[in-house]
Amino acid sequence: MRYPFPVGTVDFIQGDEAIARAAILAGCRFYAGYPITPASEIFEAMSIYMPLVDGVSIQMEDEIGSIAAVVGASWAGAKSMTATSGPGFSLMMENLGYAIMTETPLVLVNVQRSGPSTGQPTLAAQGDLMQAIWGTHGDHSLIVLAPATVQEAFDMTIKAFNLAEKYRTPVILLTDAEVGHMRERVYAPHPDELELIYRKLPANEEEAKYPFGDIHGDLVPPMPVFGKGHHTYVTGLTHDEKGRPKTVESEIHEKLLKRIVEKIEKNKKDIVDYEGYGLEDAEIVIIGFGIVTRSAMRAVKELRKKGIKAGLLKLNVLWPFDFELIERIAEKAGKIYVVEMNLGQLYHMVKEGANGKVPVELIPKIGGEIHTPKEIIERIKDNLR
Amino acid sequence: MYLKSSYEIRDKYLRKDMLPTIFCPGCGIGAVLQYTLRAIDDLELNQDEVVWVSGIGCSSRVPGYVNFDGLHTTHGRALAFATGIKMANPDLKVIAFMGDGDAAAIGGNHLIHAIRRNLDITVILINNFTYGMTGGQVAPTTPKGLRGTTAPYGSFENPFDIAELAVAAGANYVARWSVFNYLQGINSIKKALQKEGFTLVEFLSPCPISFGRRNKLKTAPELIKWYQKLSVPISKAKEMSPEELEGKVIIGEFTDRDRPSLVKEYEAYKKRAKKAMGWEE
Repeated sequence: MRYPFPVGTVDFIQGDEAIARAAILAGCRFYAGYPITPASEIFEAMSIYMPLVDGVSIQMEDEIGSIAAVVGASWAGAKSMTATSGPGFSLMMENLGYAIMTETPLVLVNVQRSGPSTGQPTLAAQGDLMQAIWGTHGDHSLIVLAPATVQEAFDMTIKAFNLAEKYRTPVILLTDAEVGHMRERVYAPHPDELELIYRKLPANEEEAKYPFGDIHGDLVPPMPVFGKGHHTYVTGLTHDEKGRPKTVESEIHEKLLKRIVEKIEKNKKDIVDYEGYGLEDAEIVIIGFGIVTRSAMRAVKELRKKGIKAGLLKLNVLWPFDFELIERIAEKAGKIYVVEMNLGQLYHMVKEGANGKVPVELIPKIGGEIHTPKEIIERIKDNLR
Repeated sequence: MYLKSSYEIRDKYLRKDMLPTIFCPGCGIGAVLQYTLRAIDDLELNQDEVVWVSGIGCSSRVPGYVNFDGLHTTHGRALAFATGIKMANPDLKVIAFMGDGDAAAIGGNHLIHAIRRNLDITVILINNFTYGMTGGQVAPTTPKGLRGTTAPYGSFENPFDIAELAVAAGANYVARWSVFNYLQGINSIKKALQKEGFTLVEFLSPCPISFGRRNKLKTAPELIKWYQKLSVPISKAKEMSPEELEGKVIIGEFTDRDRPSLVKEYEAYKKRAKKAMGWEE
């Protein structure tokens, strides 16, 4: 297999381009998109690479169509991806729900910009966290990952495909304009170094009859691929294990939705990922995700130099959310600060996790700029005075 | 063509555990489904390699009744999903079963762009001039002056002519019939299924329950007689003045051409890319 970019070595590239390269390495062979700042570079890179690796990259009429095409391609057997930003992300909510309901593996990248509406198209924000988790209507679950560096954008893209295939679910890579447009040194592994996961296919005709049944007891049904003679029917209506619409039977709806939620929740240990710094003895713990944790890390180091026992918890996975981890931290820390580029979203989840055991304070910032380490330090020191 | 019994067609192609259908007495969807299955049967298409796609509405429930792979998607989006299926696996033959509201209103943009790309797909379009499933609201196809629950005093908007729209957007094959054009309907679907690129066969299809009874056309026979009065064969229409054609619906084959399809164009594009990179001569 010939790759149109360097593998098994380092390169100096943008976050958006890193996502495109990682997707190709993860085996993604279908991309559908619609131009939008600051995610267009992912699409442009895909447009260069895809025809060279015999994949498809196609520009759809809007973001609704983009994610729809991605779902269709996934049922035709291709690992598939789309990328967008706020306004397009809002349009994708409809078929994100369809992908969840039909348990379709796909990767959706949201390079966050400042909203609502058209907002600040070129500037970064973290205002789509709640939308990423809860944006589509109805009860549901999915997986949300958040990179803070270009290398993480690369690595998490591969992880996103693996999780999507393993759990038959859409996975959202929630990055932002800063990570997307920043250039950094990235190591792209050689394909031989990668551990790639492919969806579980039905082992036989009997298994193929239950494309939505927990026939292996692991909550993840094998996924038939179109064109293999299984005659699978897929619908966004509430359906039974065979895929037949059952729209008024409450017990069937409950069983289906509980399995869709539990296949994520019960595998939380496998999915969640975080990094801690100084948590062993930290009296003050800063919690955050994505780009802003880089400022927070600097702040923690500076505070420690001044004799203040600070620590950082950087969340790499935002859903499923590790409420128990937050509680464990709350039991040891004297105070928790949540740093995020919005007016308070992760804050509410952290507060729920902390369960009243320790004060939780928000350090918000909007307008398109990342918190400076100084801003974080000042705010914490003000409170210590 | 040899006309097999309806039972033979039913037993070969329908999922028995999904029956009965949701369709009302007098509905035309069953008839059009039968034409489609007869066309597939006559062409001896491999059941394993045909995928049915649909959006939302009465006619969109069809993929659930047929024993093929099927994707019943969101309202209006069938052709966008189909784009992914076909491009990810061009060996599959894709059929979209759509209603007029699904295709021309909420899915209007996907429709014109799928046609513009000349996506390899056959659209079977059930045009009943109304939103049947939700109870008879006016559609972008409702003839001016006719009633629906959201225009109870008669529609005050101009309707779309979907067949003409498809021709203008660049489809390779477009035909329109009413459900009583049995043989013409089957033959058109057969033609459409054999062609590359975008093909569309529209059927005027009775909805006595949601549409007819609000418009003094309470039964399917009354609706069919009305279609007969409304429709003008395309050959005859060419000799009629715009005034004479006012309020009429033209039926027949609108276009039959062979512009390069999306799958073909993308194959050439891949070659171009590899050549540009110096990977291929």
